[in-house]
Amino acid sequence: MAPSINSQQRWRGVYRYLERTGPFANEGFEPGEKVKDFLHTIKVLVVGAGGLGCELLKDLALTGFTDIHVIDMDTIDISNLNRQFLFRAADLGKPKAEVAADFVMKRVPGCKITPYFGKIQDKDEEYYSQFTIIICGLDSVEARRWMNATVINMYDEDDPETLKPIIDGGTEGFKGQSRIILPHFTACYECSLDMQTKPTTYPMCTIANTPRLPEHCIEWASVLEWPRTFPDKKLDGDDPEHIKWLLDQASARARQYDITGVTYSLTQGVVKNIIPAIASTNAIVAASCATEAFKIATNCATYMSNYMMYVGEQGVYTYTFELQKKDDCPVCGAVAIKIDVPANSTLQDLIDLLMERKDIRLKAPSLRTGSGSLYMQAPRALRDATAPNLVKPLRELLEDGGEITVTDQALPISMNVTVRFSD
Amino acid sequence: MLNIMSLKKKKVEGEASGPRRPKTTAAQIRLQKDLADMDKLPGTMTLSFPDPDDVFNFNLKISPDEGFYSGGSFLFTFKINTNYPHEPPKVMCTQKIYHPNIDLEGNVCLNILREDWKPVLNINSILVGLQYLFLEPNADDPLNKDAAEVLRSNRRAFEQNVFRSMRGGTVDGVVFADVQTRR
Repeated sequence: MAPSINSQQRWRGVYRYLERTGPFANEGFEPGEKVKDFLHTIKVLVVGAGGLGCELLKDLALTGFTDIHVIDMDTIDISNLNRQFLFRAADLGKPKAEVAADFVMKRVPGCKITPYFGKIQDKDEEYYSQFTIIICGLDSVEARRWMNATVINMYDEDDPETLKPIIDGGTEGFKGQSRIILPHFTACYECSLDMQTKPTTYPMCTIANTPRLPEHCIEWASVLEWPRTFPDKKLDGDDPEHIKWLLDQASARARQYDITGVTYSLTQGVVKNIIPAIASTNAIVAASCATEAFKIATNCATYMSNYMMYVGEQGVYTYTFELQKKDDCPVCGAVAIKIDVPANSTLQDLIDLLMERKDIRLKAPSLRTGSGSLYMQAPRALRDATAPNLVKPLRELLEDGGEITVTDQALPISMNVTVRFSD
Repeated sequence: MLNIMSLKKKKVEGEASGPRRPKTTAAQIRLQKDLADMDKLPGTMTLSFPDPDDVFNFNLKISPDEGFYSGGSFLFTFKINTNYPHEPPKVMCTQKIYHPNIDLEGNVCLNILREDWKPVLNINSILVGLQYLFLEPNADDPLNKDAAEVLRSNRRAFEQNVFRSMRGGTVDGVVFADVQTRR
């Protein structure tokens, strides 16, 4: 995109970092027109247009990224307006991605934002592969795991273009984090899954017998009483009638045990595991993410390695450290190989071929596809059920180019085998 | 610009490996490993899979060979979601049994199924935990308060209640399931 006079003015501050080199420049940084053009041309994706997403879109647009895409499945709720500053009361009910895109485009001329109103799972590798950097402002472990696995599986070591850095921001009340994931080079989201704080839960016996807190009464209502009363109905935290029912049950129990503090908002908070969002935490974390995106895109300074935690509860504390990759990570620790076999060879033939390999000394491999069990060594019920497959020809079990996940005690986690029929 | 683009991965296997496109989720891979690497289960535990292609849903039968509950066979369902191992499996007892840590709806009070679950634990850890509940029922963390009270105050009476309940008998007006192991 050829910057107009107007945009020369607009990006003047940003260009200062790109027109000359300096002591903080990363190795190989080449100042000049090319890097400016690059910044204005590459596509970046913002995943999520909520608390972090609004900040990210604003920050990235003002940092000189001019081709931004944004994806979000939500519509605007009144409770968003205190911090999701791209939205107004008139926008209630409209898709976040679309309203956010319009707002930023109006405010930052020359910046193009392409919204997609829908789920991240609607899109495939083709969509995600058009972006140079992917910046996530998500609110759930599940969505992050999906995004992480998708982007990491896109990487093909023969094609450097398939390496998509992920910058992941996250906030929880006064705490937050930003991190950079370089697929297969640095720790991925799954590598650090056991670091995640899990939702607060209370021992089953406490909620059943010795409640002391209003939360215990609410959990009693939602975990024990709901399934007892409505065995076939799934509890929906967004359904006011469901919350009201829980509130009534929990209040009655609280009275019985002389506990105070059961309210509608606490009930909803406990059921949906809501942690109050702090606008400034979002601002700080998004600023860090956008800065790292700028550094990665331009190379004008060394990007972070690779995890920054922020704690704003007592003063301001941040610590940046390098998370280590995990050998047994099910997403980035998997070995990938391709194997060519005649379509008529049996599953047992394939297993024999795999076991012959000297580089991976398998002992007792178990094989599954994405949708079914081919052969499982254990437990016994699965071995018995899958043993008949051993003599079946591969063409009956999978398609040409099909993928098999192999696990074995000799593998830290798994091996991904692409089976190509040689005939 | 984009220094990382020049990164080239040092490959160990030497083999040319193309793009990876497993439709297999991380939860599936972890579960496959959990199950396939499982040591031979003791004779007191049997797993069964209504659909062998589905590793997210299966059943467990525990037949304790010692303790209050020997002679009985106890059935549990395991329901695992795609957020495993971030979230623990949901485990329910499918029979109405007399046990201090299992209520009449089949909810199980086992710390690693809720507050003490960690992603490093696996299916095997839960099997061990459940087995232990039948060897050493715990009166301090009751779900069935009446059963726990009897266990605490009168082990002999508790033993008789368990004996009667396992034969489909009545304890305190509640009719329990007949869980005797059939040969």
